Amino acid sequence: MTSTVTPGAAVTSGPAPRGTDGGGATARGKVVRGKPMQAGPFTYLILVVVTLISVFPLYYTIVMASHTNAEMAASTPPLLPNGSLFGNISKAFELAPLNKGLVNSLIVAGCVTLGTVAFCTLAGFAFAKLRFRGSNLLLGLCIGTMMVPMQMGIIPLYMLMAKFGFAGHLQSVILPTLVTAFGVFFMRQYLASAVPDELIEAGYVDGAGTFRIFCSIVLPAARPAMSVLAMLTFLTAWNDFFWPLIALSSQNPTVQVSFQSLATGYAPEQSIIMAGTLYGTIPVLIVFALLGRQIVGGIMQGAVKG
Amino acid sequence: MTASSTTATPPAAASPVSRRPARRSVRPGSKVAYAYVAPFFLVFAAFSLYPWLDTAWVSLHNVRLTSYDKQTWVGLDNYRNLFTNEFFYNALRNTISIGIISTVPQLCLALGIAHLLNYRLRGRTFFRVAMLMPYATSLAAATVIFLELFDANLGIVNWGLHLLHLPQPDWQGSKWPSQVAISAIITWRWTGYNALIYLAGMQAIDSALYEAAAIDGASRWQQFRYVTLPGLRPTILFTIVVSTIGAAQLFGEPLLYHNGIPNGGTAGQYQTLGLLMYQQGWTNDRLGLAAATAWTMFAIIVLAVLTNLFLARRRERKVGGPALPVVAGPAALEVTR
Repeated sequence: MTSTVTPGAAVTSGPAPRGTDGGGATARGKVVRGKPMQAGPFTYLILVVVTLISVFPLYYTIVMASHTNAEMAASTPPLLPNGSLFGNISKAFELAPLNKGLVNSLIVAGCVTLGTVAFCTLAGFAFAKLRFRGSNLLLGLCIGTMMVPMQMGIIPLYMLMAKFGFAGHLQSVILPTLVTAFGVFFMRQYLASAVPDELIEAGYVDGAGTFRIFCSIVLPAARPAMSVLAMLTFLTAWNDFFWPLIALSSQNPTVQVSFQSLATGYAPEQSIIMAGTLYGTIPVLIVFALLGRQIVGGIMQGAVKG
Repeated sequence: MTASSTTATPPAAASPVSRRPARRSVRPGSKVAYAYVAPFFLVFAAFSLYPWLDTAWVSLHNVRLTSYDKQTWVGLDNYRNLFTNEFFYNALRNTISIGIISTVPQLCLALGIAHLLNYRLRGRTFFRVAMLMPYATSLAAATVIFLELFDANLGIVNWGLHLLHLPQPDWQGSKWPSQVAISAIITWRWTGYNALIYLAGMQAIDSALYEAAAIDGASRWQQFRYVTLPGLRPTILFTIVVSTIGAAQLFGEPLLYHNGIPNGGTAGQYQTLGLLMYQQGWTNDRLGLAAATAWTMFAIIVLAVLTNLFLARRRERKVGGPALPVVAGPAALEVTR
């Protein structure tokens, strides 16, 4: 109890801080005798169909993006990709500033992720492990706000940004989404069980300040939850549409907003719209393919927390 | 046999009795905690709380984008205007109907898929990741893609229907087909995600319950009906609440489904409340009216959520199941967009 606190100790002596996809996978092996029954061919058939439906629109986007419009209008639409993809993508660049959109999205999602993870970990730690007057009230307030629709605030928010001179600039998108109530709640739930109170007390006994304890005990233990929160926040910020549409102009858009200029252009051509959409979507799909396991684990872990 | 539960036991349970008083004396005063929650609440107050309250103030005024500082007091005129306006009721009806078409089949499908994913499977991770691909696809991209799939003349959906000698509806111009198409986008994006939420809930159910049921001779269906469903009830309620909130503020899909024109189709056939609010404020330059719509939407959401909770509670009292749920999912992120 009174041993010197080291970062390593926090991780090893914490009550099983889960890896990002630990829960389901390891639990499965042990439960074999119990419930999960071996799947029959019928189960596989349905799952394959569902998978095809999930992936088909994305696949067909590639097909559409790689044909000319005339080919797409044939009485039997093509089902395999063709060679016009790069030509269509370069035509899409003329309609919408896609590269600028991608860079902007990267900046916005990166800043939002950093801010959210940092601020929500700080607040989550306070709610989970520090006792202070009004903490229940503040936490309740925080959770209650998850019900408020985005539409509720956009008019004054837009005016506020205009007053600061941020309208049309990336700050206007980054600032309001820099924290999420969900993030605070998620970190609080994780830290409440991942860091033993004894460890924190031991830190105090040894004369460490709260910030020292946060840095050397809480942060290492919080890392798995922080990475889950980071992935989910990044995805959400990257895909956000409503507020960026209002706050940004079509000359300086995020990639989601730039899709709109593709589709609203004069006499939109199907293949070119699809090529542009594909170009703007592929980065996140690649990241998703790489981190898919972790994201799946994070979503499932978030679902049973609390 | 609770191996499937992913929640760790709180450490407090195993600790000595003398711990509590000790902690009180050891921990420093509470003031420092405020520094940790301050960044969150400062950002929150500036960019969420203040705008929400100001929206209420704006809704009582006549305000234009160009002259935001010159607000003229009109009392409840904006609300009166809204509630006597056919556009509002059209949008309200569409929001409800699209909400039902997009949510009910989606959650039923997700439940079925989760049940299948809960079997012992080869390629388990592959199926899960593949089903989450639509969730990673943005709303904007998905809508633009589906707009082409559902194109009345060139779309592959109508081509397939033509092959099957089925009628080929105008997915853009007619009311119900267009609402079904928009619901299809939402269903496509969110079914896999909700299936994972349900799957997590299913894996948290104590497998001893299944063993007991099996010993009592319960069939697979009976196990699903009497073990899985009751165990999932808090999760199901959570997804219903989140979907309700999401459906009530539907905006991006109907906007992009009409190429970015915020009228919800040529005859407003898929105009929603969220879109109407945008149209009032940013197309018609009537911010006061838009603010009144925003607060009305909030009231509708609160009402819908309370109704859900009330129905669930009454049902639970009848069945004698667990109390209200405290489940949070990352879906809440989407809600706070």
